[in-house]
Amino acid sequence: MKRGSKETETSARRISRRALFLGASQLAVVGVLGWRMRALQVEQGDIYRSLAERNRIDIELLPPDRGLIYDVNGVILAENEQFYNITITREDAGDVDAVLAKLARLIPITEEQIARAREELDKVRGDIRVTVAERVPWDDVSRVVVNAPALPGVTAELGLSRLYPQETDMAHVVGYVGPVSDYDLSRIDDQDPLLRIPRFQIGKTMIENKLERVLRGKAGTLEVEKNAAGSVMRELSRSEGEPGSDVQLTVDARLQNYVQARLGEESAAAVVIDLEDGDIAAIGSAPSFDPNLFVRGISQADWDALNERDKDPREHHRPLAAKTVQGAYPPGSTFKMVTALAALEDGVVEPEETVRCLGQMDVSDVRFHCWKRGGHGNMNLHESLKQSCDVYYYDIGQRVGIDKIAAMARRLGLGERHDLPMSAITTGIAPDKDWKRRERGEDWRIGDTVNASIGQGYVLASPLQLAVMTARIATGRSVSPRLVLSIDGVEQPSGAGEDMGLNENHLRRIRASMFDVSNHRRGTAYRTRIVAEGMQMAGKTGTSQVRRITAEERAQGVWRNEDLPWHRRDHALYVGFAPYENPKYAVAIVVEHGGGGSAAAAPIARDIMLQALHGGTPPLSAYPSADRSRIEEQQRRLDLRDIRPGRTADRA
Amino acid sequence: MSYLEYQVKYVPSGFRKLLYLNWPIFFLVSAVCGAGFLMLYSVAGGSMDPWARPQMQRFGLGMVLMLIVGLVPIWFWRNMAVLAYAVALILLGLVEVIGVERNGSQRWLDLGPMDLQPSELMKISLVMLLAAYYDWLPLDKVSRPLWIVIPLILIAIPAFLVLRQPDLGTTLLLVMGGGAVLFLAGVHWAYFASVIAAAIGLVTAVFTSRGTPWQLLQDYQYARIDTFLDPSKDPLGAGYHIMQAKIAFGSGGWTGRGYMQGTQSRLNFLPEKETDFIFTTLAEEFGFLGASTLLLLYALIILFCIASAMTNKDRFASLLTLGVAVTFFLYFAVNMAMVTGLAPVVGVPLPLVSYGGSAMLVLMIGFGLVQSAHVHKPR
Repeated sequence: MKRGSKETETSARRISRRALFLGASQLAVVGVLGWRMRALQVEQGDIYRSLAERNRIDIELLPPDRGLIYDVNGVILAENEQFYNITITREDAGDVDAVLAKLARLIPITEEQIARAREELDKVRGDIRVTVAERVPWDDVSRVVVNAPALPGVTAELGLSRLYPQETDMAHVVGYVGPVSDYDLSRIDDQDPLLRIPRFQIGKTMIENKLERVLRGKAGTLEVEKNAAGSVMRELSRSEGEPGSDVQLTVDARLQNYVQARLGEESAAAVVIDLEDGDIAAIGSAPSFDPNLFVRGISQADWDALNERDKDPREHHRPLAAKTVQGAYPPGSTFKMVTALAALEDGVVEPEETVRCLGQMDVSDVRFHCWKRGGHGNMNLHESLKQSCDVYYYDIGQRVGIDKIAAMARRLGLGERHDLPMSAITTGIAPDKDWKRRERGEDWRIGDTVNASIGQGYVLASPLQLAVMTARIATGRSVSPRLVLSIDGVEQPSGAGEDMGLNENHLRRIRASMFDVSNHRRGTAYRTRIVAEGMQMAGKTGTSQVRRITAEERAQGVWRNEDLPWHRRDHALYVGFAPYENPKYAVAIVVEHGGGGSAAAAPIARDIMLQALHGGTPPLSAYPSADRSRIEEQQRRLDLRDIRPGRTADRA
Repeated sequence: MSYLEYQVKYVPSGFRKLLYLNWPIFFLVSAVCGAGFLMLYSVAGGSMDPWARPQMQRFGLGMVLMLIVGLVPIWFWRNMAVLAYAVALILLGLVEVIGVERNGSQRWLDLGPMDLQPSELMKISLVMLLAAYYDWLPLDKVSRPLWIVIPLILIAIPAFLVLRQPDLGTTLLLVMGGGAVLFLAGVHWAYFASVIAAAIGLVTAVFTSRGTPWQLLQDYQYARIDTFLDPSKDPLGAGYHIMQAKIAFGSGGWTGRGYMQGTQSRLNFLPEKETDFIFTTLAEEFGFLGASTLLLLYALIILFCIASAMTNKDRFASLLTLGVAVTFFLYFAVNMAMVTGLAPVVGVPLPLVSYGGSAMLVLMIGFGLVQSAHVHKPR
């Protein structure tokens, strides 16, 4: 078709017009694009530059090694353990099920573990590692590593965790660590970024908790360049953190081991204090638990067992409680030294003055009984302590008055919260008139004084406090307990204490009476004496009621502990020190619902004391000959751990 | 039709044609491709593989194709228009049946050594066919509704096939490129005005209906629009790529972070860094100066095409030149708007720079047609 030149001209003109218009529009768009580039790059360039920097640089925290905890001889109580977890990432694995199945053929993993990993894998981003098996033994780890090509996405990841080699022995002293919980974060005012690391372990109880800042150390930082997938491309800079400080305790792991073994499954507590510096040589609470369970994440079954879910609450032995400092018990007759010292120091009673015990005493229409129904007859201070006559103390207690008894109790360390790095330490109660008005809103009555004079009624003390009391009586110094010997080799202040300013004659009389408790034929703890020369023990038994004995029961004579249900039996107590001539250790024992102090608590105290004095299993010759065969049997039966000093104890 | 239709004074022939090539376009295209090689080398972490080397080989092939196409008389290509369109359409249909699927969309045909993307081929074929159609159609019929329906169908068929792949970006490019040829051919203003008005009305309806019982889109679709409008709302989800691209772009500043020093692309924060998002790497490493220079190169290519078309009296030749230019313009404008956050991410490569064989070869053929039109201009 031939096109006329006129039509060609028209067409060309029209196209040119439209082309110009379109070209102009395109130019406008180019202008907008240019303007946009300028806005992003020139005007907001700095903002995006800083965003890009943040994008690529990530600061990772390097968790420091937690400080180790040693016993007095350098035996490790808490250490850090390396272990391997087997992890898998979805992205790298591809066919997750096939890989998991292969893994299961290689190392022992349960169906449950696979199911849990499977479930987690579905929830997280593809590049996130999911733990399949925790704390895998080295053999299995090497099997996984060797077979790595067949197991895409599976890696063995190094982890660091706390290990308590002494297991149950130190649970109530060292405590345990666990992963930081939201509850922890809400409770503590700690800005340490380490706490934000997933699964970072912090101290939950006892030393681990109280010395957290000392043990934790400081985080190191690692500046890394990351790509969008979050994989580290290279390290930019690294600053090493500071490992936590090592802590050495005053506790002797071997003695502690003996204490725990000796207490066995009783619901009991024992505290041994070295009198020189107030060092706590052993502080055991039974039953105990394995703190490693908590580090690894305790199973529901174990947790239920430790909380005694399946038992009658009245039968609870409370394995999770550190009864040494958390338990508050009526001290019973072990309190009589306090009443006696208060009366002697006040001058209202002369040591040789006698009180006639008829087995009971009426105070403002209420009848108070002595434990011995027929009465002890004429009692002076010495005899009253030795035979633990109650009526004598009813009498002198009323004469000296509760406020002075309470003041003496506090001087001897009762009703005072000894500030050890342990959890939930009880203050106990050394009651006086103010206390009752303040706490109960009632006036003090004379009957309260009578009860308090023999350590019943409102008086409450922890085994630790009783040990401190005994230590102060034995030394005349205000001994205060010390649990941490040194931190990073720096010795902590001694607990030796100052002279309390008590009349030395009075103290000597009390000690002599306590000696006879254990070593005189009529003493309440005579059967559990130490016969080894130079190791003899002085002490005091205590049997504290946990219920009121009704008149009816008293008439029927039914208050033998063996006939009562466990939870209504008396607490058995014993406090003592040895050697008498040159005291080295003070000990306090409480056996919950153990019955009589002389029968249930004193034998334990004697065994522990001998163990402490000997620094190991004592010879049978230290025991009264009548006991030796039974003791031999007992020594054989006790399953003691073989504990050897790890490093030289660096006592400064 | 031949030169006989025009009052021709001089016709170059043989290798003399080379002197009459549109050399500015030739050099501008080469410069843009050169920038592409630089960037592909950079995003590979300073390596010719896996992208820069194949891209250079294709460029070499493309150059040869451009010259061959350019030296063949333009009327031959006009006669080829219907055939080219038919072939492209058949290939598009084949994609539907035996296409290779990648990243959830089926766009490619496996041709052994390379994969062919017929939708790229269709961009040029459509422009050719429409130019030929309007060359054939008498001027007085251009704005008649019946004669408008025909090109609309010619556009709609491939657009529908491409949309099914799904490839929204290419569909938009086809529709807009085709529409531009209609506009250039002289279709009455009123048609375009009403289409634009309808589009604006539809967008308004979509937005105002949101939250009402008769809302036009699904909630998730609105969510996508939200993410586009404010990517920082969802920086780790759908807005991630947009956000990262903007960070890369902005962090370039005036002069950039230096060649091969772009951390965003180096550290894989950028999506599709060798294809759709390659411009962000260029902007990050060469800054505003580099980015605006590339924009200027593109604009100059368009300008030279327009200049060539306006001095060409042949209707087919000037429509084809302008059509190729508009297609080329749509490519880079949409891509740049996309990576700078002005337009939603629809998957359009940066022409001649992004890694991709089909697009590169098809564009080179397109410029070959422009050269042919220029060389065989009635003088």
